[in-house]
Amino acid sequence: MNDARLRAEDVTLAYDKRVVAEHLDVQIADGSFTVIVGPNACGKSTLLKSLARVLKPQSGAVYLDGQAIASYPSKQVAKQLGMLPQSPIVPGGIVVEELVARGRFAHQRLLKQWSPEDEAAVTEAMRLTEVSDLADRFVDELSGGQRQRVWLAMALAQQTPILLLDEPTTFLDLSHQFEVLDLCAELHEQGRTIVAVLHDLNHACRYATELIVMKAGKVIAQGAPAEVMTAQQVEDVFAMPCRVIDDPETGTPMVVPADRHRRRGARTPEAARA
Amino acid sequence: MTATLEKRPAKRAVVRAGAFSVRLYPRALIVGVVLVLIALTMALVNLTTGDFPVPVGEVLKSLAGKGTAGTDFIVYELRLPRVLVTLLVGLALGASGAVFQSLTRNPLGSPDFVGLTTGAASGALIVMLIVGGGGLQVSAGAITGCVVTAVVVYLLAFRRGVQPFRLVLMGIGVSALLEALNSYLIYRAQLNEAIAAQVWLIGSVNGRGWTEVVIVAVTVVVLVPLVVHYGRHLKMLALGDEMAVLHGVPVERSRAVLALAAVSLSAGATAAAGPIAFVALAAPPLAARLSSSPSSGILPAAGMGAALLSAGDWAAQNALPGNDIPVGVITAALGGVYLTWLLFHEKRGARA
Amino acid sequence: MTAVLTAPPASPHRQRARRRWIGFAVAVAVLFVALALSIAIGSRTIDLSTVWRVLWHPDGSAESAIVHDLRFPRTVLGLGVGAALGLAGTVMQALTRNPLAEPGLLGVNLGASTAVVVAIAFLGVTTASGYVWFAFAGAALTSAAVFALGGTGRHPTPERQILAGVSITAVLGAIVWAILVLRREAFDRYRHWDVGSFSDRDSATVTQILPFLVAGVVLTLVLGRQLNALSLGDESATSLGARPARIRALGLLAVTLLCGAATAAAGPIWFLGLAVPYAARMIVGSDQRWILAYAVILGPALLLGADVLGRVLVAPAELPVGVVTAFLGAPLFIALCRRRRLSSL
Repeated sequence: MNDARLRAEDVTLAYDKRVVAEHLDVQIADGSFTVIVGPNACGKSTLLKSLARVLKPQSGAVYLDGQAIASYPSKQVAKQLGMLPQSPIVPGGIVVEELVARGRFAHQRLLKQWSPEDEAAVTEAMRLTEVSDLADRFVDELSGGQRQRVWLAMALAQQTPILLLDEPTTFLDLSHQFEVLDLCAELHEQGRTIVAVLHDLNHACRYATELIVMKAGKVIAQGAPAEVMTAQQVEDVFAMPCRVIDDPETGTPMVVPADRHRRRGARTPEAARA
Repeated sequence: MTATLEKRPAKRAVVRAGAFSVRLYPRALIVGVVLVLIALTMALVNLTTGDFPVPVGEVLKSLAGKGTAGTDFIVYELRLPRVLVTLLVGLALGASGAVFQSLTRNPLGSPDFVGLTTGAASGALIVMLIVGGGGLQVSAGAITGCVVTAVVVYLLAFRRGVQPFRLVLMGIGVSALLEALNSYLIYRAQLNEAIAAQVWLIGSVNGRGWTEVVIVAVTVVVLVPLVVHYGRHLKMLALGDEMAVLHGVPVERSRAVLALAAVSLSAGATAAAGPIAFVALAAPPLAARLSSSPSSGILPAAGMGAALLSAGDWAAQNALPGNDIPVGVITAALGGVYLTWLLFHEKRGARA
Repeated sequence: MTAVLTAPPASPHRQRARRRWIGFAVAVAVLFVALALSIAIGSRTIDLSTVWRVLWHPDGSAESAIVHDLRFPRTVLGLGVGAALGLAGTVMQALTRNPLAEPGLLGVNLGASTAVVVAIAFLGVTTASGYVWFAFAGAALTSAAVFALGGTGRHPTPERQILAGVSITAVLGAIVWAILVLRREAFDRYRHWDVGSFSDRDSATVTQILPFLVAGVVLTLVLGRQLNALSLGDESATSLGARPARIRALGLLAVTLLCGAATAAAGPIWFLGLAVPYAARMIVGSDQRWILAYAVILGPALLLGADVLGRVLVAPAELPVGVVTAFLGAPLFIALCRRRRLSSL
């Protein structure tokens, strides 16, 4: 699988001197919907940032189509790979449509600043993320959930074959969480490679074609959810006993945490009934 | 070649012609044009007023090359250089301020606050008070001081890339140092020299000649188009470095080019007219407010700078009868009043 | 000290406490050294034993005259001004939750300057003790104006306050410049006052500013706990039972008293109000009470040290202390900013 479009080879990731992950090798299968899961501070977002060349590895390199990603002109990468970062700066005084339109930067040139394709891409991105109604609202006046969808629209407007999403469901209510994930699945079916960091293991299992499980800067397991997501694995990685059953809707693995709270108080339902 | 002009509900218009396409903000465009007209009108008024009033018609005749020897002398030798310096310095300061404020994502990130004006002043003061030079040498000193300060601030702020906030911080630190140096230089100088230096420090266009016009004209002609070209990068940088990288902006290179151009604009302006306060600070947000555009566009800001400074120079010549006060006094007062007003009336003032 | 040495392996909390006390002792020692040097060193250096002797037993000698008439008032002035500016900076930073706030940036110094210029140019005031009242009034008016512009309303934010300070600085700067350009003789006096200096200030100056200094210092130290509450943000402070609006008002009153007095006595001295709290925070962390205590000691130590340096560096001439503080403070500030991650308050 050494010919995956996007892969990280022997990368060491660090913020200044604080090393987050060492000698990491990761391949993103082409056309996959890969979800990275793991406990807090295990390096998921850091890995994603390095894949998107936002964070430079201290050693090793990230490769896009067999060539070090840092060696491409930045615009060329931006046409292939887009990302929804975790907490972007919210600029003041800019309306939604204008912000989403800025997502077209990589496709524009000095004399071609607003082609019909640009316009179509922006309209489509706003329709998919259901922010068309917000087009003329100021971004800094939106709620967290609305803003998250606007940022997603901006990433979609970039129209890249590879899309990285850092916790795309944060700030969203339950129905919008699933709408965003359904949208990702749809984009994946259209042939895009999606890589997402998710916190909810059940979301991950339901939507991912490929799971990457990380712990303390290391990849513990990678593969299809059905193979990777076992009760033992969850306990090893999250230090939490659980059962893994089949999702009654989709048949994918579903993690049901063990009832630690009541058991500790010796008040299991059985004990209470007895 | 069919050019289409379609109006969109959100006051944006698209112009396309063949492969060329651009998105315009009609209101920003109108504001820009109006500001330039105001600036030119003020310039014309300044050509007519002075110790020897010349009617507008005579001035226009003279400009068209059909004037009498007397008016030609007054217009071309006495007034036109000053008027042109005023216009061009205003343009340069407005553009420079717009770039700086956008780069630093901070309304205080103007050349006045990142230490450039103070550095230029130090350079000029050293030439005036220690070397004992004058005229062009002072201008050269100012440019050198400005550029050296900029490089020092940039290098100090550089640590795996330049964080905008750190840039402002370093600017504050360096300018505090230079400010102390400046007051010390003035403190130890002879009274007459000190007064001359003080007048220069305030910023003035009195008695500027064609040399100064050339200095600032070259700066503006070379750098304003460059800055405008990089304006699209500036918009992306305003969303944060991460976003800019993701969308394909070569962040460090863009920022270095923009910063260098803005520094040079500011240096050229200062060399010609001294460190005129507050035009670079106030012009961009004023222009942005008038054009209600999301980012303070560079061209409207430049137009606003020119209009402000021309109006300021008119006020400086006429505020006190028989006394031609330095225009820097007027701009500082206007700028301060504007900011104060902004704080009173504008809820989003801190953001502008 | 024995108690500390025999204590069981220290917890992080106790370690911090120990570090604070040791640091404090060191700071006090440094202050005493600065005081001694300030009296002993000058264009005519007097050895310490002589200083000690004539200080208590004036004997009419030249040394005695120098110590009593020149060096002692000057040192006391440095002590007061240093403490005032250190505290004022600390309070301002705590109020605005902005590690860059300082009396200079918020326009208070220039407020005092403007009043002095008006006094020199239009009222014919020529002595340092004459400047005092004008400087004080100017500082008070400016603080009030900054507060009114940037501190009221429903959402007073640090940015608004800084902006208010900047805009007021601009207006005042324009006034000062206009006056100075029109009145050349005033400019000559002003440029000497404007560099910030202790020379040619007499003991009458000290007596004049003393009540304001004392009031300001007491008010500030009493406010310490409240400033701690404020550092968590207005909402948290309110839920802890503090009253942000009142703390702000009192804090600003304290700043006015301190800055007005200090600027009146010594001219505008920049940077001390920025550097002192910064250094204090690096040693003690975020507890405002400790920062204030350190500021009282570090402020004068730094200012007196700078003054001594100014006398030594270009002897027999003198560098004004304001110039020295800027030259020392700015590189320190730059180094700190480069080394540390920027922590907001």
